[in-house]
Amino acid sequence: MLIATAATLFALGLLGIIVRRNVLVMLMCMELMLNGVNLALVTFAQQTATAAGAVLVLLVFVVATAEIAIAIPIVLLLVRRKNELDVDAYADLKG
Amino acid sequence: MIETWLLWLFAGTSVAAAVLMLLLSHPMRVALALIATMLSLAGVYALLGVHVIAVFQVLIYVGAVMVFMVYAIMLLDVGDRALTRRFSRLLLPGVAAALLFLAILAHALWSALPAANGVSGGAALFGLKQFSLEFLGVYWLQFELVSVLLVAVVVAALAVLEVGRKYRG
Repeated sequence: MLIATAATLFALGLLGIIVRRNVLVMLMCMELMLNGVNLALVTFAQQTATAAGAVLVLLVFVVATAEIAIAIPIVLLLVRRKNELDVDAYADLKG
Repeated sequence: MIETWLLWLFAGTSVAAAVLMLLLSHPMRVALALIATMLSLAGVYALLGVHVIAVFQVLIYVGAVMVFMVYAIMLLDVGDRALTRRFSRLLLPGVAAALLFLAILAHALWSALPAANGVSGGAALFGLKQFSLEFLGVYWLQFELVSVLLVAVVVAALAVLEVGRKYRG
């Protein structure tokens, strides 16, 4: 049941990244995906009674913090350029 | 059994707040919904007996990451069209892909995992003392590597700010 919850949180976060426009909301949906992964790790660690999963959760915490600490300044720079939070405004690169 | 009910309650709250995250329009409300998700996940961790992770979930995620996020939202209060038009044009394909992804994930988990045994005490293994001993005794190399990652992040954030300063002239 908790694994199903974790998978649902991950899928909802992925859906949020795809369907929302706001850059900050997309970042928060990324955090939601990481939370889903954390829930799965904790559940596995608790079911197998090993500490490795819980240690991995702490490392995921650090990675999430690092991701936000890099992403927010990048978003700040983007918004300073065009004064817009819509990702479609930054579709300048043509592939 | 009240613990099982509380576990259901917290898990349901987290999923409901995550759904709310997709539906609300203003970023600040989305942030509050995400905080609700994180706090109920902390409740789930505490009920599972993994108290260290529950404490760090509240301290690091809600206390540091989300406060940073709320600051950014207040700093970037631009009322552009991302506020009025929530969803991008990928809404229908996104929903379809997410449902498909969830179905594949559920199928894989259903066939691969043994049946869960519900709430059982993990406090003997995941108390602060045992966890810290295991963490710094066995996993000290990962701990050090993570500190290297944090130093790299500080340098990268400074570099990004420097780029912005150069761009403005």
